[in-house]
Order: sequence, then C-alpha cells, then structure tokens
Amino acid sequence: MLPYITRRLLISIPVLLGITVISFIIMKLAPGNPVDMLIDPNTPPELLDAKKEMLGLNSSFIVQYWHWLSGLLHGQLGYSFSSYAPVAGMIGERIGPTLLLALTALLIGLLIAIPLGIASAVRHNKAFDHTMTGLAFVGLSIPPFFLGLGLIYLFTLKVHWLPTGGMSTLGGEGGIGDTLRHLILPASVLAVGIVGKKIRYIRASMLDVLGQEYLRTARAKGVKESLVVYKHALRNALLPILTVIGTEIPVLLGGSILVEQIFQWPGIGQLTMQSILSRDYPTLMALNLAAAIVVMASNLVTDILYSFADPRIQYR
Amino acid sequence: MRVSELELQDAAAGLLESSSSGALLRQQTDSRGTGASNDIETSPSAGLFRQVAGRFVKHRLAVIGLVVTSLLIVIGILAPLLTPHSPYAVTASFSAAPSGDHWLGTDQVGRDVLSRLIAASRVSLIVGFSTVGLYITFGTLVGLISAYVGGWLDMIVMRVTDMFMAFPFLMVILVVVSALGASLNTIIIVLALFSWPAVARLVRSSILSLKQLDYIKAGRALGYSAPRIWFRHLLPNALGPIIVNATFGIASAIMSEAGLSFLGMGVQPPAASWGNMLSDAQSLTVLTDQPWLWVPAGTMLLITVLAINFVGDGLRDALDPKR
Repeated sequence: MLPYITRRLLISIPVLLGITVISFIIMKLAPGNPVDMLIDPNTPPELLDAKKEMLGLNSSFIVQYWHWLSGLLHGQLGYSFSSYAPVAGMIGERIGPTLLLALTALLIGLLIAIPLGIASAVRHNKAFDHTMTGLAFVGLSIPPFFLGLGLIYLFTLKVHWLPTGGMSTLGGEGGIGDTLRHLILPASVLAVGIVGKKIRYIRASMLDVLGQEYLRTARAKGVKESLVVYKHALRNALLPILTVIGTEIPVLLGGSILVEQIFQWPGIGQLTMQSILSRDYPTLMALNLAAAIVVMASNLVTDILYSFADPRIQYR
Repeated sequence: MRVSELELQDAAAGLLESSSSGALLRQQTDSRGTGASNDIETSPSAGLFRQVAGRFVKHRLAVIGLVVTSLLIVIGILAPLLTPHSPYAVTASFSAAPSGDHWLGTDQVGRDVLSRLIAASRVSLIVGFSTVGLYITFGTLVGLISAYVGGWLDMIVMRVTDMFMAFPFLMVILVVVSALGASLNTIIIVLALFSWPAVARLVRSSILSLKQLDYIKAGRALGYSAPRIWFRHLLPNALGPIIVNATFGIASAIMSEAGLSFLGMGVQPPAASWGNMLSDAQSLTVLTDQPWLWVPAGTMLLITVLAINFVGDGLRDALDPKR
C-alpha cells in the first residue's frame, strides 16, 4: 500500500506542475489587463507602466511564471491584483463558509439517498423502484440555478420562512440559528444533485449484495427477511457507498460556484466569480491550484478507501 | 507448404470476420456460444440493432425521453419558422403578462418570451451536439491510438488526461471562457477541451482488453494496416460505451452552457439562451410577479436534460444487458 501511495504522490507532482503551466497560459491568453481594468482612463501612461512594472506584468511569460512558481515554493501565493490582500488570507477567509455549505449538503444528501436507495433495491422492479429511478433522474437533471430560484420563490417570497441569501441577517444578532436558517436553501440545492446521483449508486450496490450466495444461505437458514436486509446485506453494501463520497467533493466544489452566486453565500465560489470578473490572476492561479489539489487528493483517498473496503482490490 | 499457408490465412480471415462483427454480440449473449449462428453472420449489424432496439423499447422512460428529444430536435431545426415573433424584435410592452399576442408574455426589453424560448432551444441543441461530436471524435481517436500503440505514448497520454481531469470542471471553464471572450464557438470548444479525457480513458480501457483477443492478433498476422484494424475491427466493438457516454454528454453540455450563460459567461444577449433568460430573473420583482420570465426557460431546460438523460439510461441498459 505504502509504495502505491508514494508512487501516486510522485506522479501528482508533474501533473500539478502541468496544471499550473496550463492555468498560467490561460490567464495570459486574456486580452484584457488587470491594470487597465482598475484605473480610471485619465491616468497618465507612465503611471500605468510603473504600475504594470510593480505587478510584474511587463516581464516575459517565462519570467512571470518562474516568479510565481518560486513564490509558491517559498509558501507565497502572492497578492490579489484587486484588493492587494495576500491571496492565502483571502482564500482562508472563504474556505470556511464553502466547507460548511458543502459538508451540510453532503450530509443531507446521504441521509436522504441511503434509505431511498436501499428501499429501491429491496423493492427491485416494483412501482416504488421505478418511481425512485425517475425521481433520481429529475434530481440529476434539474439545473441548480432553476431549483435555487424556485426555492427562493417558494420559501422566501411566498411564505417568508427563510432568508433569500447571505450567511447572516444584516444588523441581526447572528448566532448558529441564524446561520442555519441561511444555510438550508443553498445546502438543499446542492443536496438534490447528490441524492439524484447516489440513489442509483446505492441501489446498484445493494442489488449486487442482495444477489450474493451468503444471503441465500441466510434465508435458507430461516433468518428473518428484515435481518437479512438490514444486518447482513446493508453492512456489505454500505462500505463501497461510503468510499465514493470522495468523488463528490470536486462536484460540490464546482456546484458551489453557481449556488453561492444565487444565494450570495460568501465562499470560494463567489470569490472565484469576483476574481474572474476583475481578472485577478494571482487569486485565480491559487484557486485553480488549490482546487486541483483537492480533486487529486479526493481521488487518491477514494482509491485507498476502496482497497480497505474490498481487500480483493489490490494496488501495485 | 503454400496450401497450408493459404489455409491458415483463410482460417485467420474467417476468425476475423465472424469475431469482429459478432464480438459485441458474443460478449453479451454468452449462451449463443463462440460460433455465432448463421443469421447473425449474414447480417450481423441488423440483428444486433434489432436486439438493442428490442431492449431499448422495454425501458418506458427511455422511449418517452426519445420522443421528447426528437420533438425538441424538430423544434430546434425549424426554430426560425416556428417563432411567432422575431426573438430580437423589441416591442413597446415591457415585461407584459402573457396575452393572445404574446403567449408567454414579453421580457424586460419587450421581446417575445415564447420566440426567445424557441430560439434558445436551437442554441442549446447546437451546443450539446457540437460539443459532444467534437470531443467524442477526439477522445476516441486518442484513446484508440494510445491503447493500440502503448508504451511511452500511452504513458504520456494518460498523464495529460490526468492533468485535464484534475481541473475542477466548471471553474476552469469559467476562467477559460472569460479569458477567450464568451461566444457560442468558445463555449463549444472549451467544453470539448475539458471533456475529451474521460472518453479517451473509456475507449482506451476497452481497446486494451479487445486487442488481446485472437481476432485482432489474426488481423495483424494477415498484415492488415493499423487504421483498418482500428476502425473496422476494434472500434465497432468498443462503440457501446462511447454511445452511452455521448448521450449523457449532450445533456451535461447543455446544462453547462446554461450554467455559463446564467453566470453571464456564456451565450451573450441579445442572443437567447435558457441560461441567460433565467439569469434575468434574479431580481426579486421578477421572481415574485413575473413568473413567465423564468419558469418557462427553467422548465424547458429541465425537460431537455431529463429527456436526454433517460435516453442515455435506456441505451446503457440496451447496450449492456449484463447490468
């Protein structure tokens, strides 16, 4: 196992380097220039030039990339072009809300999907199973922004139960209760997508286990059907389900961009949109790199968990 | 000596023909055994098609999905003829409620919502089909050649796919589109650019197992050219998963385009897209008082993506009955 993990980590170094090069090229393809976006058009050109010099925009591509990379190796992510704050600090501020949103969504999603998926497998090919399959596809196919707008319409504008957006009431007391009220709608939107995907997966995993011979043996011994399903089958079906949670993390990260935008949730997704609009390259480079590391780490963790869940899977 | 060599060639050729056309079938219906029965050998593709179609029509939701998708395609093709008004024509009535003249009302600048909805269906389908066409072709070629050639080429290709797949999809697409400037062509190219690696991996893994089979070895022994083996003998047997992947890919490309347009990084006004129509509904007054501005666009998007996903599910069951 250890050699396998080491090899995966070693392979990830050139891959991550490649990602930073590609990201850098993409940023440089942009016709606009962050300095032009910032400063009012009456500024004398000498001043603009000095500004560009200060931000390092006048040197060649390779020099700029090298500068960025050596900064990274010294633990420096650079400073934002638009707010001049250290990028690491900006991301650090935003990561909490995004994690809160993503993990809540994951929890809600699994709490709904696991029982429904199991029930679907137990009632294989019955009306309930078909209904669940249909609903799972609706969950997968509903655009998050449409669902978000629909939920705001229902729960905020019609019945005034929940706030439209943000993370706390402006000028309010704050507190956990207030945050939770703001969390419900965006987390539900993300959770619907997870439920849609996971119901099918859990159903398949459970069906796989239900067809195993040891369950036939258990039934032949006269074990009660409920015990067969909930004790013998569930345990073996749940393990592979839990291992694939890692694959949801990148999806949640992408989904958070849309959802945070609709609900004005002050997280990484909103920071991404703001940085794109202001051509804040240092922030975008750091966000890209951080997201790529998260994606690769969750893939690796998923693979490792797989082999613990099913010792028949061996990695070399 | 000559004769036996010829015989060997004949045998090899026979093996090649019966297997390459029937391999998919054989893999699926093990009970038929290795020697594909006669009617299959005479018209293998017709028999296979009938089998797949037979399994597909049993999936009720998939059939409904196919009907809806076909209807949408017809609407998309005939869009310029179907729109009651020009989707760009500005009238004097802003945000007017649905009426006899404007069935779904007008938007904030007085354009007919129904006409824009129909025009947008064309945009969505163009994005869906062109993106998928582009990346399926490229991904298939890369996967096929990478697996067949193997060695260092395969190694490099796999690392490149690793790289592309480690990018968080929506985020990198937003960044690239904003860098290149949002337009229909940019969206299609960028979506394809970050979608091909999954196809390349899929094709690679099926080709890796297929190329070990005897009929491919026979093809090589007969001195067939590499492209002939690739396109006549390997690819047809790897087609099932590619078709399924492509179908789901159309749905997800349509969804991605809508997401980009919703964020203002996709199809730019005045061109209509379901995504940018929804994006106009982000104000609270529109949400509460003018549902015709956002409900129809979202519903069309949901129906389209759902229908295509059902078709994909039906195809998956039909092409891979083992599941």
